[in-house]
This record gives sequence, C-alpha cells and structure tokens, in this order.
Amino acid sequence: MLKILKYSFYDLMRSRWSYVYFAFYLLLGVVLLFLNNDLSKAVITLMNVIIVLVPLIGTIFGVMYYYNSQEFTELLLAQPIKRSSIFLGQYLGVALSLSMSLILGLGIPFVFYGLFESSAIWDFSLLLITGTFLTLIFTALAFNIALSNENKIKGFGYAILLWLFLAVIYDGLFLMTLILFEDYPLDKVSLIGTMLNPIDLSRTLILLKLDISALLGYTGAVFKQFFGTSFGLIVSFVMLTIWIVMPVLRIIFKSKKKDF
Amino acid sequence: MVTIENLHKKFGKNQVLSGVDLNISEGGIFAVLGPNGSGKTTLIKSVLGMVIPDKGNITVLGENIKKNSEYRHKIDYLPQIANFPSNLRVKELIKMIKDLRKPTNEDERLIELFRLEPFLDKKLGNLSGGTKQKVNLVLTFMFDSPLIILDEPTTGLDPISLIRLKDLIKAEKAKGKTVLITSHIMSFVEEISDEIVFILEGKIYFKGTIQKLKTKTNQPDFEHAIASILTDNHA
Repeated sequence: MLKILKYSFYDLMRSRWSYVYFAFYLLLGVVLLFLNNDLSKAVITLMNVIIVLVPLIGTIFGVMYYYNSQEFTELLLAQPIKRSSIFLGQYLGVALSLSMSLILGLGIPFVFYGLFESSAIWDFSLLLITGTFLTLIFTALAFNIALSNENKIKGFGYAILLWLFLAVIYDGLFLMTLILFEDYPLDKVSLIGTMLNPIDLSRTLILLKLDISALLGYTGAVFKQFFGTSFGLIVSFVMLTIWIVMPVLRIIFKSKKKDF
Repeated sequence: MVTIENLHKKFGKNQVLSGVDLNISEGGIFAVLGPNGSGKTTLIKSVLGMVIPDKGNITVLGENIKKNSEYRHKIDYLPQIANFPSNLRVKELIKMIKDLRKPTNEDERLIELFRLEPFLDKKLGNLSGGTKQKVNLVLTFMFDSPLIILDEPTTGLDPISLIRLKDLIKAEKAKGKTVLITSHIMSFVEEISDEIVFILEGKIYFKGTIQKLKTKTNQPDFEHAIASILTDNHA
C-alpha cells in the first residue's frame, strides 16, 4: 500500500492543481493577515472559508482523481497487489497531498506573521486539524461515489450534491426543524444534529474554541457546556474519526466486489 | 496450469459467460477466439481476478484465485488497450512497475528489441498507439513468469514489430511457458498457436488444434473454418 501511496502522492505533487490549491491558500493567508492585522480575527475568517471550501475541494478532487487514474488502476489490478492496497493507497495519496497543500499554504504565512509567539496558535492548530479531518472525510466520500458510479457525469453530479447537502441544505433543514419544534426542548436534538454532519461539527468545534459562543445565545450555552469540555472535544473527534472510518471501510468492501 | 470450472458472469442483464469449463495444460500457445462480445476479455479478466465471477472456480498453478493476489506473481498480462497515466515518462513507468513487482534486467533487452530508446524520456500521453503498445509489451515480457496472457497483442504494431513479437512469443514457448492469446487476426493465430479455444455465447464451443477444427467444420483453411462456425450459429 505504501508504494501505491508514494506513487499517487508523487503523481499529484507534480500536477498543476495541487499547486493551484496550495497557492490559493497561501494567497488567502497572506491577504487575511494584511487585511485583519490580527491573528485571531484572521483565524475566524479562515474558518468560514475552510469549512465550506475544504469539503468542496476534497470531493471534487477525489472524484476527479479516481476517474483520471482508472487506466492506471487497471494496470495495477493485474499486478500482484491487493485491491484494498491499491484503493487505500490512492485515497491516502489524494487526501494527504490535499492536506499538505492546506497545511503548508496556510501555515507558511501565519508562521511568518509570528504565529508561534501568539496565543492564537491553538486555535490555528485546531483549524488545521479539522481542515485535515474534513479533507480525509470528503475525499473518502468522493472515492465511494466514484467507485459506485461508472458514469463520470453522474459521479460528479452526486459528489456536488453531497457537498451541497452537507454544506448548505443540511443547515437549512436543521434550522427549519428547530423553528418547527421550538416549543419542545431541543438541546439534545440540536447536539445530535450537529454531530451527524461533519461540516457542522467542525464549525461548532472551532467557534466554541474561539470563545465567541456568547454570540450563539442560549443554544450556545448548551453547546459550550458540551463541546467546551474535554469530554465534548473527545466525542467530537471520535465522531470525525467515525466519519473517516465508515467511508474507508466501504471503499475496501466495494472495491473487493467491483469488476474492472 | 489454469483450470476453470463452471464459470458464470453477468453484467447487469447481459449474461456474458454461462458455464465455462476449461483446462489449459502447461506449455504451449493457446488462442482464445470468438466473435465480438463473446466473453473473451471477461474470461481473461476473470483469470486475472479483475472480474469477480458470479459462480465457478478458477485455479492458476494449483492456487485458487479467490481472495488471493499472490498468484499474480506468476502471470504476465498485456491489457487490450494500452492506456497509461499520461504525465508519466516511459522510463518512470518501467521503473515503477519493477518496483511494484520485482527487480529485473530483462527490460533493457526488450527496449532494444522494440527500438524504444528514443522514447524513454517522453511522456506516455505523447506516444502514438503503436509505441504505447510496444511499451505495453516491454512491461509484460520483462518479468519471467510461467503464464503469459496477451489480450490483442498485435494492435497498432508495424510489420517489423509484429515479426519481433512473434519471435518473442515463440521464444517464451521454447522456455516451456504457457501463453494465452486473444486476437482477431486469423493469420497471426494460425501461425503461432498450438491449440485454439473457441468461445460462443458464453460457452466453450471448441477446444483443440487447428487441424481438428478444419476436420470438424469440413473447411480447407482456418479462416473459413472460423467463419463457418459463425455463420452456422448466427444465420
């Protein structure tokens, strides 16, 4: 698996898109720091961008890479390599190169700005960690979609729909439920609802860590009680890990049964 | 060498293989023939484990291939369409496949044989179809495996490369290897193969020497013998 990972990683490292992605984050980091002149504020703005953009890029890149490397995959399938190694290697290759673009692209400007002397370092690290989690989750979901759809157009369509659902529609539905049932106690429901969507989960996690939960009103207090504690933090990360493990398991399962 | 028992495979509603029984003995060149869509490639891909059969058993050199990837160390496979990652260079691809399988020096001889030196630093996406096929051949023949599977090996080759390919296949046979070929070029098949396996509608219709086929169909030459099977069954 490591060999496949190595080759997929190299392959992506010299693709133009990795550099575009890297350059984008570099630019974003630099611009935000110049405009905000304040690390913590820049972190908040960054969060808003990352939470939406990272899943989108992860999904699109994952699907694109899978379809583009189909021929290479077929070449590998005839070699004495386990199927699970081929697909996990490719998946990790994509996810790691995307994570690297994210971490380096954002990290470099912040380090130069004096991140290590600032108190925002923990918030910033949390941001990068959740960003990496989101990349791993959405690339895995993308591979699942691509494995189940021979038709590229369909695959891309489902990938975009998935992103749209989790990033936008889910929030809308969630909010509507809260309004519809506002007469009932909703703390638990909203907690669970947040847990079930990796994007929401990441957002809440960062917001509460940034100590601006006061903005969230009553629910914020409930959330703070939960997510603010180390128990809440651990549960959130366990949830994010489950969000990675489940689709990865399906990649293994699905790839074993697929005809090429 | 290869034993296939009661192999069934369906793609959606399309029943491609329906109960294939085939026993390929060790040594010699076997040609798998059949009309378009008869299931030749599916059969070969099942042996390689790329297609998962619905029913049936396949053993390669005594090893059951189900949930197994190690047996592929003993197979060299030439895929039908040579599509490689287009931003890799020829040299890098060869190095990579060697790294994935095992070290060998045989590639140098093959590169020379097919005159590929000028292309080694070119990207695979910029090669012509015939050159890609030559690279494909180098990748296949550089490992000294006992079973060689060639899916349409002649595609895109110029006459001189075709002669070299034939010599190469014959040399492998002389080493006692088993070669499985599919091809639509009847003269190529007639010249090179010891035995033919004819697939029709997902079943083995005929297995034996070319001579036997001619006698069976009452035709003086091989091409007509094949044609007569097809017209008898489709007319």
